[in-house]
Amino acid sequence: MLVVACIKQVPDTTQVQIDPVTNTLVREGIPFIVNPYDTHALEEALYFKDQFGFRVAAISMGPPNAEATLRKALALGVDDAILLSDRCFGGADTLATSNVLSAAILRLNQQEEVGVVLCGKQTIDGDTAQVGPGIATRLGYTQLTLVDRIESLDPVKKTIRVRRKLEGRYEIVEAPLPVMLTVVRELNRPRYPTVPMRIDSADAQVQVWDNTVLGLDVNSCGLKGSPTWVSRIFSPERDKGEIIGDGFGDPVGTAKLLIHKLLSKDLLHA
Amino acid sequence: MTPDIYIYAPLLIASLLIFSWSCYRRISLVNVGRPEDRFRNPLQRLLGVFLYAIGQKRVISRSFGLNHAVIFWAFAILLIANGEFLLAGLFPGVGLVLLPDPLHHALLLAFDVVSLIALSAVVLAAIRRIFFAPEYMATSYTSPRSLEAFLILGCIALLMLAYFGLHGTMVATGKAPGSHMPLSSLAAYAMAGVPAEGLQSLAAFFWWLHVIILLLFMNYLPHSKHMHILTAIPNCFFAGLDKPNTQSREEFAKGESFGAGSVDQLAWKDLFDGFSCTECGRCQGVCPAVATGKALNPRQVIHDIKTNLLNGRFDQETFKADKPLIGDGEGSVSEDAIWSCTTCGACMAACPVFIEQMPKIVKMRRHLVQMKARFPEELLSLFENMEGRSNPWGIAPTDRTKWYSTMAVKTFAANETEYLLYVGCAGSFDSRQKHVTVALTTILDAAGISWGILGKEELCCGDSLRRLGNEYVFDRMAKQNVQLFKDKGVTKVITQCPHCFTTLKNDYRQYGLELEVIHHSELIDKLLTSGELKLNHQVADFGRIVLHDSCYLGRHNDIYQPPRQVIATATGTAPIEFERNQENSFCCGAGGGRMWLEEQQGTRINLNRIEEALANKPDTLCVSCPYCLTMFTDGLKDLQADQTRVRDIAEVVAEGLRPEQ
Ligand SMILES: Cc1cc2nc3c(=O)[nH]c(=O)nc-3n(C[C@H](O)[C@H](O)[C@H](O)COP(=O)(O)OP(=O)(O)OC[C@H]3O[C@@H](n4cnc5c(N)ncnc54)[C@H](O)[C@@H]3O)c2cc1C
Ligand code: SF4
Ligand code: SF4
Repeated sequence: MLVVACIKQVPDTTQVQIDPVTNTLVREGIPFIVNPYDTHALEEALYFKDQFGFRVAAISMGPPNAEATLRKALALGVDDAILLSDRCFGGADTLATSNVLSAAILRLNQQEEVGVVLCGKQTIDGDTAQVGPGIATRLGYTQLTLVDRIESLDPVKKTIRVRRKLEGRYEIVEAPLPVMLTVVRELNRPRYPTVPMRIDSADAQVQVWDNTVLGLDVNSCGLKGSPTWVSRIFSPERDKGEIIGDGFGDPVGTAKLLIHKLLSKDLLHA
Repeated sequence: MTPDIYIYAPLLIASLLIFSWSCYRRISLVNVGRPEDRFRNPLQRLLGVFLYAIGQKRVISRSFGLNHAVIFWAFAILLIANGEFLLAGLFPGVGLVLLPDPLHHALLLAFDVVSLIALSAVVLAAIRRIFFAPEYMATSYTSPRSLEAFLILGCIALLMLAYFGLHGTMVATGKAPGSHMPLSSLAAYAMAGVPAEGLQSLAAFFWWLHVIILLLFMNYLPHSKHMHILTAIPNCFFAGLDKPNTQSREEFAKGESFGAGSVDQLAWKDLFDGFSCTECGRCQGVCPAVATGKALNPRQVIHDIKTNLLNGRFDQETFKADKPLIGDGEGSVSEDAIWSCTTCGACMAACPVFIEQMPKIVKMRRHLVQMKARFPEELLSLFENMEGRSNPWGIAPTDRTKWYSTMAVKTFAANETEYLLYVGCAGSFDSRQKHVTVALTTILDAAGISWGILGKEELCCGDSLRRLGNEYVFDRMAKQNVQLFKDKGVTKVITQCPHCFTTLKNDYRQYGLELEVIHHSELIDKLLTSGELKLNHQVADFGRIVLHDSCYLGRHNDIYQPPRQVIATATGTAPIEFERNQENSFCCGAGGGRMWLEEQQGTRINLNRIEEALANKPDTLCVSCPYCLTMFTDGLKDLQADQTRVRDIAEVVAEGLRPEQ
């Protein structure tokens, strides 16, 4: 049985700034990381491998430099790493992204039966949480979102029992395979790559699948296949902060200064 | 007395053969370890042997050490006597008698007196073990009152008694010159009433007693901690020539294994160490982990490595251990023990025979992290933060410049600024340490130093990673930094953190970068002494100041005086000393990457040190390291003793730069 982990390369958002003039993300020089939720999806896939001996494939749609993300997955122990990259996949919204990822999963399913697809709950750049459900819908898989614990998986009966973490309650659900899970951070603690795995992954093969492999209608992927687009991104207006006084050397004086400021701005009433 | 040669000769030869075989079997086991060059600079090594093995310098430096030195020197002299004794049994005419009389007599006198001294020292040692044994002598696998210890002491004492007995009979029968053997004469005097045949039987008895004990003792040695009689001297020769302020590099090639998960992955010298341990317990007595009830005991680590090696078997040519090196029970080192080390180096500074406990622990960490990806939970985010954002907290690298957001600070440029001020992660991100950074820059400006920073381009030095055994990521960070420093043309660096200091100075050297690194305590001291830095007034606000020596400044880099002089100059009074100071200083608990780990077992190391400080009723606890600053600030809060403040020496000096009120 094959387990597929969908992982996305995202800019390290703690380091992202928005260009105030163009209203776009300043991506230059910003390091990329694996979307944090996806590291948990990947960990769970690898745990299935440890437990049941399933094969694990990691797939990612993105530009050629997203290869680095997949190399990390190889260092952690996935069997196949597949980069879905083609000019015509660019500018995708969640619908087009789901189309491409689904096509890839279908193709993998021809090689070996796919039992579980794992996605992160959401990404930290797009934040839509739509891609996982989008895949499940397109493939007709059962979808279980917000999973924080795998209760059991029966490879013979082909069923899975999971716990979903919802607002103020948990829900334990059982479903037949194949299934698409979106996972939250509480699910597990991602492993750390060993050095031999890192060294081996440096020259392991990341497969690149473009649209000649997937054979999608160009109108269903990328910008052309995206009914939504981002018209404007902006940060909420905020006054620049300032440092007043010397809070360490003169805490009392500084506190007084602060109170004066707040009073003068009418934020505090005497 | 002439023994029956047909009994004596086979006995002697058999004993010598068994002894040689036992020694060979054990010592040849060190070949299981990896190769390592321990012969470079032979002259310096020989000097070490003279000072520390023959001179017993470190042995004497701690309590009761002199007694051991006496036994050692006596032993060395009596080795001649005993050698002659064994030989004369085979070839009766051969021996020291052949020497010119004056020399022969002088030697006889020496043997007589030294035997008495040895006997007294042995009795003293026994008394100490029975009545005054320090706590650190006991450990899980032995006690100060172990059978082995008394067997050995008893053997030596019996040997001396047999010596006097035998020589007493010789004096009594006129076979030895009593005039040169005062103590043997005394023994002869005691035998005055014994008839001639009686004397003969007595001589035979003492002779055989002497032989049997000597041969038994010799054959017991290789199986006991007294193996060190044979190995301690070479161990001093093979000792590390540098302070343990760095770890060796690893080559990251395909198919290799990294760190030490089994004894054959340690170096041969690591294994030789096991046979050299005297079980004196000194390392145990100074280790902060032991003092606070952690799973780690450096002496036990050495013992377990040795046990693991001895219990292994050879399968054809390959060595097979009977249990893993890292694990539980005797012969294995537990993971808890491995993670408890602060790499403070106290054990190594205390060991009389230069055993290297801490580097073995780091090698085992390397194995756990790099081969098994097994480490305490807290380290996962540390490792990822370091690799992804080049700082331990995972704060955005762009925030590195926030500390000077309200000041004008120059960027380092090779021709325009003399020094690079390497601010370091704590100095850049830690809200408390940022004040120290600012204080330091005030001082630098007041002294007219030309300095600049790397700003957003500065990266973490990687110290914690290296001490925690994550050599692979450290290696990458070191290469990045070395390239950065080379590209920028950096040659002189100021640091305010002993960890950055040691990493830039000692670790990066392995990457071909020789920097002139100066710790702020040294620089400020220099500036005050030369008069380049003039204070506006003497600093009085800090009251009674007690000074803490950080491990990585003091023990690891030998910088003891500068911080003391800085405080003395700035305040007009020398700082108060901790009871454990300078080389004997006690860790704050944060070194070796412990800064980032929870301290779950036992009591807390920082509290141990703070309690020692509070005994001096200080107003201020002075440090020169950001980790110590954090550990002590937290600890004082925990003890609700925060009427005592913690200050970096730079803050004390900067106070003297404020305009006089
Ligand atoms: C700032 C910003 C705002 C955006 N706003 C919108 C918007 O409002 N509407 C819209 O349709 N698109 C939007 N996009 C585009 C959108 O991010 C991409 O289409 C993206 O591929 C899917 O959406 P997501 O990142 O929100 O993923 P989510 O749906 O949040 O991701 C859930 C999971 O799906 C998997 N996954 C997602 N993308 C990939 C991938 N490329 N490869 C492999 N696995 C993946 C991961 O497991 C991930 O954890 C925006 C992009 C940005 C940068
Ligand atoms: S380095 Fe310090 S903490 Fe580590 S074993 Fe030695 S004395 Fe103990
Ligand atoms: S390792 Fe050194 S200090 Fe520790 S017990 Fe052995 S000889 Fe003594």
